[in-house]
Amino acid sequence: MYRIVKKELLAPTLNLFEIEAPLVARKALAGQFVILRINGEGERIPLTIADFDRAGGTITCVFQEVGKTTKELGALGEGDFLQDFVGPLGLPSHVENYGSVICVGGGVGVAPVFPIARALKEAGNEVVGIIGARTKELLFWEEKMRSACSELRVTTDDGSYVRKGFVTDLLREAIEEKKNTSLCVAIGPLPMMRAVCSLTREYGLKTIVSLNSIMVDGTGMCGCCRVTVGGETKFACVDGPEFDGHLVDFEEMARRAVIYKPQEQLAVARYVENHGHNCSCSCGGGR
Amino acid sequence: MTGGSKPKKTIVPKKNPMPSQDPFLRAKNFNEVALGYTEQAVVAEANRCLQCKNAPCRQGCPVEVDIPAFIGLAAERDFAGAIKKLKEKNALPAVCGRVCPQESQCEKYCTLGKKNEPVAIGRIERYCADWELANGVLPQQVNPPTGKSVAVVGSGPAGLTCAADLAKLGHEVTVFEALHVPGGVLMYGIPEFRLPKKVVQAEINNLKNLGVNIEVNAVVGKFAVVDELLNGGGFDAVFIGTGAGLPYFMNIPGENACGVYSANEFLTRTNLMKAYRFPDADTPIRVGDKVAVLGGGNVAMDAARTALRLGAKESWIVYRRSKNELPARHEEVEHAEEEGVKFAFLTSPTRIIYNSDYWVIAMECLQYKLGEPDASGRRSPVPIPGSEFVMDVDTVVVAIGQGPNPLVPRTTKGLECNKKGNIVADLATGATSKPGVFAGGDVVTGAATVILAMGAGRTAAKAIHAYLNGDS
Ligand SMILES: Cc1cc2nc3c(=O)[nH]c(=O)nc-3n(C[C@H](O)[C@H](O)[C@H](O)COP(=O)(O)OP(=O)(O)OC[C@H]3O[C@@H](n4cnc5c(N)ncnc54)[C@H](O)[C@@H]3O)c2cc1C
Ligand SMILES: Cc1cc2nc3c(=O)[nH]c(=O)nc-3n(C[C@H](O)[C@H](O)[C@H](O)COP(=O)(O)OP(=O)(O)OC[C@H]3O[C@@H](n4cnc5c(N)ncnc54)[C@H](O)[C@@H]3O)c2cc1C
Ligand code: SF4
Ligand code: SF4
Ligand code: FES
Repeated sequence: MYRIVKKELLAPTLNLFEIEAPLVARKALAGQFVILRINGEGERIPLTIADFDRAGGTITCVFQEVGKTTKELGALGEGDFLQDFVGPLGLPSHVENYGSVICVGGGVGVAPVFPIARALKEAGNEVVGIIGARTKELLFWEEKMRSACSELRVTTDDGSYVRKGFVTDLLREAIEEKKNTSLCVAIGPLPMMRAVCSLTREYGLKTIVSLNSIMVDGTGMCGCCRVTVGGETKFACVDGPEFDGHLVDFEEMARRAVIYKPQEQLAVARYVENHGHNCSCSCGGGR
Repeated sequence: MTGGSKPKKTIVPKKNPMPSQDPFLRAKNFNEVALGYTEQAVVAEANRCLQCKNAPCRQGCPVEVDIPAFIGLAAERDFAGAIKKLKEKNALPAVCGRVCPQESQCEKYCTLGKKNEPVAIGRIERYCADWELANGVLPQQVNPPTGKSVAVVGSGPAGLTCAADLAKLGHEVTVFEALHVPGGVLMYGIPEFRLPKKVVQAEINNLKNLGVNIEVNAVVGKFAVVDELLNGGGFDAVFIGTGAGLPYFMNIPGENACGVYSANEFLTRTNLMKAYRFPDADTPIRVGDKVAVLGGGNVAMDAARTALRLGAKESWIVYRRSKNELPARHEEVEHAEEEGVKFAFLTSPTRIIYNSDYWVIAMECLQYKLGEPDASGRRSPVPIPGSEFVMDVDTVVVAIGQGPNPLVPRTTKGLECNKKGNIVADLATGATSKPGVFAGGDVVTGAATVILAMGAGRTAAKAIHAYLNGDS
């Protein structure tokens, strides 16, 4: 059993958990993920390692409540236990001194991009961070990201904070300004990563994305997570989750992400019916 | 009677039939198909055994169970004695009695089988093991602690057997398992209706009672590499039994479309994650009306039978060769047929066709004929040019085999592997190219059988014991 030692509500439906898992924390590196299961009937769901504390033996995950499992997770609190927690899975980010890099985090993607930005800066890179959210109240970890980057740029889709625009707008400006950027790392919703890739392709700027395909075991045993990269089939859980974004077949990914949509809708409807609308969003809740 | 010669037995030509669920009903549920002998039937079956002095049956059993001895005890209704005898050689009799391919192992060599049906050795074995599980497990003897400790990587039959034997010898054993439950293929692959999961867990509890420590959620190569277990991890030796869990695909166009599963995913969702109970269990699975399972082995039969139970209207086995070459156990093929699984022989897909939403709608196939025997001794399939045809299907399960998972080999320095990625190990000892590291089961041999994996675990345990005592 794995104890939740800290819970923080970063934004409506966006939770941070610090989970006691010393063996995972000992080895965790930027770019890797864990798979957890709440209880004996639970689904195995992957979450990126957003931070780790080797000395304290904890892993930080940030997750968005999108369906049954993440809602049920969001209803847990400090001191509660998760039945299963396995990691660190996947390959760590490749970290070296490239010179100058840009790290883009969109929405919940700010969390996984944070340890990568930090590692790249520690390796001697100039790191331009770009973060964005739909609206001000969904933006989180601005200060944390600022400390991990040489420079941080912020935007909101609706202009409710700093400026109006998408992360891709800031990215274009940064690339134009910097000229010498040699790598872009982009993590966020699929459409955002796709948009980033079509932009950086114009500039011939190598771009790494982190793919969150549906997974079961996370050890290369089932093939559920397969994605097409450069015309070849890869297993995101063991060959990734990071890939060269210019080679990823995003269309296929998007289709595979909704394979279980009818079942997911049924599960969440049943959950809300049985538990009430106890999610932490600001929608007013209630049945 | 004088001179000590026993009365000559009357030969009973046929096996006592195994009671089983009605095919019609069982094709819709996940309960065990074969119900097990009654006490009366098991005694009758045990009495069919001729108690042959040379016991030819034993040479067919990879772990050399003393077959006449345990059957003799069962005939006298001494089931406690019978199970004790079995366990001298076989750590998982409730599993083996159910899933061993007896027709090509012990029963193949049975004297009775020359002219009649062989003794149903597996069914008697199952009865004795189930008897023990129902009546309380007899404690097994464990030697005093040796102060040595061994890490076992993977909790399939190879790892579990190796762990049990080492624990009985007094070594401290920790099993590391990547998934959230131990058992390997016994838990995630072989379906509930052939091998109930509570039977597997009961066998695993027996191991825990021997003092074996099982750590789940522990992926070796990730939370620690083999070298770390040996140096600083506190282990004196390591056994690798990580199985053959890497699913092969056909590499034909359309294979990543929605509705195409590897058999591993299809079976893992169903068995390990209990998707057949969705939404009471959280993991979903999607099965359409017409399912095509590619392949002809046990795994393919399991997938095709599972598909029916998940509600498919039609479930097809699509196999390149003919019925005679099917590598699956005869009994499994028969069960599949009884339940309504259909077979498209001499057929193989060339392309999976999908709609604009990326969902499978059909498969383009090619017809084959049988040519000369190939290296495996089976007649090889030869495609017939121009024989393309389209088969309408909405779910495809690829069950054409598995390779070794590369996680451990890739992260272990100095561990020799062959071209296919299998760990190279001495079959007589399990020793690998790396001192203190032993391996066995599917990761060495490629996908094989439960009992062979157990045999390899046992062999390695002996060698590890010798290694720890410094006599090698
Ligand atoms: C490597 C990786 C890292 C991830 N990191 C994060 C993270 O840091 N924060 C975060 O909020 N989310 C992350 N995700 C996504 C997260 O796993 C899903 O949001 C979660 O599984 C949804 O479960 P659900 O039951 O709440 O929702 P559902 O209603 O089941 O599904 C909602 C969405 O989640 C996806 N999903 C469903 N089941 C799975 C599954 N078993 N594996 C992967 N995706 C699934 C579906 O494509 C669907 O679009 C990550 C995914 C992967 C693969
Ligand atoms: C669907 C199916 C049906 C079958 N039916 C039969 C049958 O009827 N009769 C029969 O005799 N055989 C059958 N087999 C074959 C038999 O199950 C296998 O030969 C046997 O299980 C191999 O045992 P093993 O211990 O080598 O490996 P496995 O059973 O594969 O176990 C390996 C274990 O190691 C774990 N592991 C892998 N990598 C790591 C790691 N890095 N760290 C920690 N743990 C790890 C895995 O999660 C797994 O639990 C079947 C196989 C399948 C797939
Ligand atoms: S273990 Fe398998 S091969 Fe050996 S006697 Fe039992 S059923 Fe036969
Ligand atoms: S060969 Fe058959 S009849 Fe003879 S001892 Fe073995 S099981 Fe009994
Ligand atoms: S999640 Fe099963 S192979 Fe990647």
